[in-house]
Amino acid sequence: MNSLIRSVLLLALAAGSCLLSSAAMSEKNLAGVWVGTYSEDWPDRFPGPELGDYAGLPINDADRLRALSWSASLIALPEYQCRVHPSDYANSFADIRLWEERDPITEKLIALHLQHFAWQTRRTIWMDGREHPPEYAQHTSMGFSTGQWDGQVLTIHTTHLKEGWLRRNGAARSDKATVTEHFIRHGDILTWTVVVNDPIYLEEPFIRNRDYRYSVDNQVANYACDSVVEMVRAPGYIPHHLPGTNEDVKIFAETHGIPYKAAMGGAATMYPEYIKVIRSLPVPSPR
Amino acid sequence: MQSLSVSSFCKRGVLLALGILLASGSHAQQQDFSKVKIEALKVRDNIYMLVGSGGNITLQIGADGVLIVDTQYAELSDRILAKIRELSKGPIRYIIDTHHHADHTGGNAKLRAAGMTVSGGNVGGDIADAGAGAQIIAHENALLHMTAPPAAGQPAIPSAALPTLTYFTPKKDLWFNGEGIRIMYEPNAHTDGDSIVYFRQSDVISSGDVYVTNQYPFIDIANGGSIQGIIAAANNIIDLIIPVYGQDGGTLVIPGHGRLSDIGDVINYREMLTIIRDRIADMIRKGMTLEQVKAAKPTQDYDPRWGASSGFWTTTQFVEAVYKNLSTAQGK
Repeated sequence: MNSLIRSVLLLALAAGSCLLSSAAMSEKNLAGVWVGTYSEDWPDRFPGPELGDYAGLPINDADRLRALSWSASLIALPEYQCRVHPSDYANSFADIRLWEERDPITEKLIALHLQHFAWQTRRTIWMDGREHPPEYAQHTSMGFSTGQWDGQVLTIHTTHLKEGWLRRNGAARSDKATVTEHFIRHGDILTWTVVVNDPIYLEEPFIRNRDYRYSVDNQVANYACDSVVEMVRAPGYIPHHLPGTNEDVKIFAETHGIPYKAAMGGAATMYPEYIKVIRSLPVPSPR
Repeated sequence: MQSLSVSSFCKRGVLLALGILLASGSHAQQQDFSKVKIEALKVRDNIYMLVGSGGNITLQIGADGVLIVDTQYAELSDRILAKIRELSKGPIRYIIDTHHHADHTGGNAKLRAAGMTVSGGNVGGDIADAGAGAQIIAHENALLHMTAPPAAGQPAIPSAALPTLTYFTPKKDLWFNGEGIRIMYEPNAHTDGDSIVYFRQSDVISSGDVYVTNQYPFIDIANGGSIQGIIAAANNIIDLIIPVYGQDGGTLVIPGHGRLSDIGDVINYREMLTIIRDRIADMIRKGMTLEQVKAAKPTQDYDPRWGASSGFWTTTQFVEAVYKNLSTAQGK
C-alpha cells in the first residue's frame, strides 16, 4: 500500500514538474549576441537617409515643418555630436546583446538587458510586473520599458522617452510618444517589430521591423564618442532653415524622380494604394 | 518703431494683468486645491522634487536641515510641510524664491514660520526672535515686485512672506548640507528677478520658470521678462550641465513646471525657442505686422507639443510676447 501511495505521489510530482517546465519553456530564451541582417532599408540605416526623404513616414503637417526646418549642420554642434539614437530607432543599426537577470533562488525572470553596438546604449526591460513611473519622472533616450510574454512573443511597452527621431534627417518623434515592441524568435532568427505611437507628430502608428541572426562567435564592440568644437560659431547659434527656404529637401525627389509630394510623407504614403497616386503626380526634373 | 495702437495697448494691458494675476495669487483663487496631492520624486541622494500644483519645489535635506526652492501656493502649505516632514525632521533653514509669482512663493509665510534662521553673536543676544523663521532668499527685483502696490481689489503680500535676504549681484553662494549652492541671476528672462539654483555636489539645477517642460514659457513682459533672456538662461543652464556619455543623464534639471530633465531636454527646449525667435525676427525684418506674423503660424511645428488654445498662457499670447520683445530696440 505504501509503495502504491509513493508511486502515485511520484507520478503527481513528475506531472507537476512537467507542467512547470513547460510553463517555463513557453518563454523563449533571447540571451546572446544577435547580428543585424540588413535585408531591407539599407540606405536608411548605415549610410543614413537622404535629405528630403520622408516617404513612408506617417508624419503630420507639424512634423513635416520640423523636418523641413532641420539642417544637417545641427549635428556638428558639440552638444549634438554624441547624442544617442533612441531605443525605438537604435535597433536599426548593427548588433545587439541580450542577457537575462534572474532571481538566484526562484530563477524568476526579473529583467532583460539589451545593449546596442550603436552608441553603446543599454536598456532594461523589466519583467517583474513593476509599474511605470509617474509622468513627471525623468525621460531618457531608452525610456522605461516593461515586458511580458504573450505566448512565445515578448511584448514590450515603453514610456518616458526623450524627444528623438523617426528618421535621422529631421523627422522628429516627440517625448509624448509611447512604443510597443514585439520580439519574435524563430530558431536563429529574431524579428523585432517596433510600433511608435506619437500623439504629437504622427497621423497613424509608425511600424518598423528589423531582423537579426543569432551569432555564436561574435561580440558586441564598444563605441566611443567625444564631442569637439568643429567650427567657431556664435554662442547659442542653432542651424536651421527658415520656412520655405530649404532647397536641400528637393535632393531625394529630384535624384530618384519621385514626386515632391510623395517624398514629404504622411500616412497615405505608407500604403500600396499610394502607388496609383504617385503615378498621377508631377515628377521633378532629375538632378 | 510702431506707434502704440489701441489694440496693442489693450494687449499690453492683458499681459500686465497676467503678471499681476500670478504675482498676487488671484490665479490661485480660481483653482480647486482640495484634490491636490503632494508627491515626492527622489532626484539624488539628498535632493527631492515635490510636485503638486504650481511650480515644482526642490528640497535639499541633510544634517544641517532643510533647504527649499520655491513654495507653491499658500493653500498647499500644510500638505507640503507634511511631505517635507516625511523626508526630514530637520529644521527648515532656507527658502529660495526663483522669482516672485505666487505659484512659486505662495507658501513662503507658512514654510518660513515652520523653520528657523541660524543666528548668533550680538544679533542672537540682542534680538530675541532673530532666529525665528527660515531665511527667504531671492533676487532684489523679486522683492521689489512682491512689495509693489497690489492690483485693485487684491491684498498686499504679507510681510511674513517676503524675502528676508536679497542679492543684486550676478550670483550668491551658500554652503549647506555639505555642498556648495550657487544662486545665479538670469536677467530679463521669465521676469526680471529670476534665479536658478545650482547644487554643485548633487549636480542638480533648480531652474524656476526660465525652463519648463509643460508649455511655451510664460514671458512676463510686464515684469521685465523677454524671449532673449529665456534663451540666454537656457544656454547658461546648458553651459553648467555636464552630461554622461551619450547626452543622457549627468547634471539633472528640476524645471519650474513639468518633468525632471537632463541636458537633452534643455537642448530641445533651447532649440525650439531659438528657431521660433529666429522665424519671428525674420518676419519682423520683412516688415510683417503682428497679425501677419500670427497668420503665418511661426510656431506651427511646435504647437502640438508646447502650445495651448485656452487657459492661462496660450500660443497666441506667446507669439505676441515674442513679437513685442523683438520689436523693441532691446529685444533685437
